[in-house]
Amino acid sequence: MAEPARSRLSDFVSRHERGILGDWMKHQSEALGRRRDLISDQELERQSATFLAGVQRALSSGGPDTSGDAWRDVKQYLAELSVARGRQGFTPAETATFVFSLKRPLFTRLRDELSGDGQALADELWRATTLLDGLGLHTVEVYQKGREEMISRQQEELLELSTPVVRLWENVLALPLIGTLDSARTQVVMESLLQQIVDTGAAVAIIDITGVPTVDTLVAQHLLKTVAAARLMGADCIISGIRPQIAQTIVHLGVDLGDVVTKSSLADALKIALARTGYAVTRLTAPEAEG
Amino acid sequence: MDRIPILRMGPFLLVSIQVDMHDRLALALQDDLMNKIRATSARGVLIDISALDLVDSFIGRMIGNIAAMAHILDAETVVTGMRPAVAITLVELGLSLKGVRTALDVERGMALLRGSPAGREDGSGRPEK
Repeated sequence: MAEPARSRLSDFVSRHERGILGDWMKHQSEALGRRRDLISDQELERQSATFLAGVQRALSSGGPDTSGDAWRDVKQYLAELSVARGRQGFTPAETATFVFSLKRPLFTRLRDELSGDGQALADELWRATTLLDGLGLHTVEVYQKGREEMISRQQEELLELSTPVVRLWENVLALPLIGTLDSARTQVVMESLLQQIVDTGAAVAIIDITGVPTVDTLVAQHLLKTVAAARLMGADCIISGIRPQIAQTIVHLGVDLGDVVTKSSLADALKIALARTGYAVTRLTAPEAEG
Repeated sequence: MDRIPILRMGPFLLVSIQVDMHDRLALALQDDLMNKIRATSARGVLIDISALDLVDSFIGRMIGNIAAMAHILDAETVVTGMRPAVAITLVELGLSLKGVRTALDVERGMALLRGSPAGREDGSGRPEK
């Protein structure tokens, strides 16, 4: 029973390939709607034809079970297509619609062909539905995986980008921290700061936490460790950019910042740092009289 | 047995650790240094560890001990040239060497000792234990 049924779907697709493709293109164009600007008709037709031909080949050699070897090429093609569409700006639903929109032309033609045989029609519809659902889900899965890879790559790049150590003045370094501090990031921050202290011979390092959204006990711990390590190397650390809420949080958490010098703004910290390294900033012209 | 030389520079003693510290060497240094402080009435001790790229908890504690002992004998201790990796290790070991003064290089360490005991003019001298 299964053998003739399998070949029927395959034969059916190969006989009606052109017709199905035509209808499918029409449905896709409708479904795409306002996303038409993202992909050209020729491109869409080429993709659809390649996919349909692939499905037909796989059906004739391996049957409707998409986990089989025969479907590897089709899945591979879908994966490439999914990744490409993700880059073009399609949503996962729109990407999956590429496969799901094939149902309507296929089912319409199946109905026309098997209108006299209800039993066979139900069987074929079930088979075709399972097949297309499997392929559609595969598309979404690949799309998701592509996104996840992109996110993890961006996280890594962020880690490298977000820890610049800048030289503010002779012997004065600043480390503007932006974003949440976790153990891995603190390690990178600490190492790059200490290395810069060695390289530049800085006597004072200012750690500015204006861009750190929240300070919990762990973050405070990390900051204190960095300060302690810099002190061991002979550089003073000043923590600046402490917002009022963060000051409250630190006290509520019972974190002891010990003898670490803290300033509310980077400007204040720089002033202290200059004083410690023996500089003074003076105004050369008298301030203009206020209006 | 190897010994780490202790050099005298005016009222200060200069120790430069150029070899890997093992425990017996560290203990010998501690002995020698205390005797030398006593003998020369040194006012300050400068320990340069810029060549040291490996420390363990024992050596870390030893440095702290030397500073504390020297303090009792009325001499300030300055540790100079600690490498980033060493500093991170000590902090992770929980040895932040409170009471030990630090400087980036020997030159600044000497300047710190000369300014001692008042500390630097701006009052940023490190808190003593």
